[in-house]
Amino acid sequence: MTTDSIEQGLLKGLAQHERKAIETIYRNHYSMVQSLIINNSGTSDDAKDIFQEALVVLYEKARSGSFELHAQLKTYIYAVCRRLWLKKLQLNKRFSGDLANAEETISISEDVAIYEHRNVDFELMEMAMQNLGEPCKALLESYYLQKKNMSEIAMEFGYTNADNAKNQKYKCLMRLKKIFFSQYKKP
Amino acid sequence: MEELNMLESIERYIRGEMLPEERVFFEGLRKNNPDVDQMVVEHTVFLHQMEKYGDRKNLRSTLQDVHNALFESGQIRQSKETRVVRLWLKYRKVVAVAASIAGITALCMTAIAISLSSKTASKSIEVLNRKISILDQKQNSLNAKLKETPPKVPLEAEFKLGGTGFMIDTRGYIVTNAHVVNSASMVIVQNNKGQEFKTKIIYINPDLDIAFLKIMDSDFKAPPVIPYGINKSNLELGEAIFTLGYPRDEIVYGEGYLSAKTGYRGDTLACQISVAANPGNSGGPVLDKNGDVIGILSNRQVQAQGAVFAIRSKYILSALEEVKSDTAYTGIHLPQTSMVKNMDRIQQIKKIQECIYMVKSY
Repeated sequence: MTTDSIEQGLLKGLAQHERKAIETIYRNHYSMVQSLIINNSGTSDDAKDIFQEALVVLYEKARSGSFELHAQLKTYIYAVCRRLWLKKLQLNKRFSGDLANAEETISISEDVAIYEHRNVDFELMEMAMQNLGEPCKALLESYYLQKKNMSEIAMEFGYTNADNAKNQKYKCLMRLKKIFFSQYKKP
Repeated sequence: MEELNMLESIERYIRGEMLPEERVFFEGLRKNNPDVDQMVVEHTVFLHQMEKYGDRKNLRSTLQDVHNALFESGQIRQSKETRVVRLWLKYRKVVAVAASIAGITALCMTAIAISLSSKTASKSIEVLNRKISILDQKQNSLNAKLKETPPKVPLEAEFKLGGTGFMIDTRGYIVTNAHVVNSASMVIVQNNKGQEFKTKIIYINPDLDIAFLKIMDSDFKAPPVIPYGINKSNLELGEAIFTLGYPRDEIVYGEGYLSAKTGYRGDTLACQISVAANPGNSGGPVLDKNGDVIGILSNRQVQAQGAVFAIRSKYILSALEEVKSDTAYTGIHLPQTSMVKNMDRIQQIKKIQECIYMVKSY
């Protein structure tokens, strides 16, 4: 297998949440990103955050069906991490001239923009969920994220029957939607 | 309860869980009821967001898992950044800025100090005095002992200032700067052969910066004649001049020219000459090419190297008039004409140096 096809395989794996693919990407590229961040006034915690964000960017790209990377995975990840870190530095007013002056070799702006837009939605939902509080949060997560059916949920949460659980879920859902849509901006 | 059922229907509709005939019925309802339609649209967006939220949440937890697992198994390592390095990396720009500011401040302070000090006239004139070290004093007294002549200076006396003086009357009258002998308890002069003579200050005028000394010593042998005259006429710019003085223990000759007819800041008492002068030259004669004294070398400006000022010789005369008002000194006669005119410079110096004295104030 050529490097190209291996990388295509990794991307497909990533898109399907395959742990093995994620581990491989992690092993191959994490040290590079760590050096980049630490040499530009970051910590190893920063490095972890940035690398994982970059993998999310990559994931979104893989999910969108375009497995066509116009560069090596390494180059792509490096460029994305650099961009993300630069933004973080600017946000914290710790602007690093060296990092900004280096020219971007591949175009990743679009991917990063998509990621950032989705990130806004993600954070909004997370915030809404946090505000909801328990047990609503757990109830809705069980139903919508873990895709459990109402009788399972009734058992788990101790409701006498599925209808009561459904009723409770409805109330929680209405509150969540209210919080979410109060701040949601259409793309 | 109705709304609850409606929402459930909407969810089933969006997920495509409805039976075909149920679906047709619901779509009819949607078409006819804008409220239901709006609810469907809104809920579609919401479910979509929920889906993505769950997806990303999942991914993040997987990533975190992978990170921890790889980290624990040592397949990725935390880079070896020490705390110091991290602090340095974080604050190196701040440090650089701080250092620059400190540097600039230091420069500014220096600049301010320089500009302020230049405004004070009194400080900008360096009086041409010379402090002779205690060693020299000891050496001199040792020399004197070797010659079996008792030292003229009491050993415990402290040597304060040194300068130059020149004789204007063979009976032992010497002219020097007032600042050389000012506040001196005793003044000793030394000739070019190293002999010392006690003197008495007979006149001192700090305004003119002129003082007259009289050698009061039995060892003193009067020279037959004063080789130079005192030139009272006007001076011309560019006129060649020369000086003789004791900036060190040896007599030193210097050559230059008259560079301005006034002294420091337009002082009409003095004139400016360009000649290499050092502390210790104070009180020495400034002579023209004929060997006539045209002035007394007095001081130099600190900033301008080579700008030396000399008191014009006509003020020696006016000072002398004041000296003569004391009946004891009415007999002083200034040398009128140079004896060394038309001689070559080496011969002139040979004659003149015998009448130039080192003046030492104690």
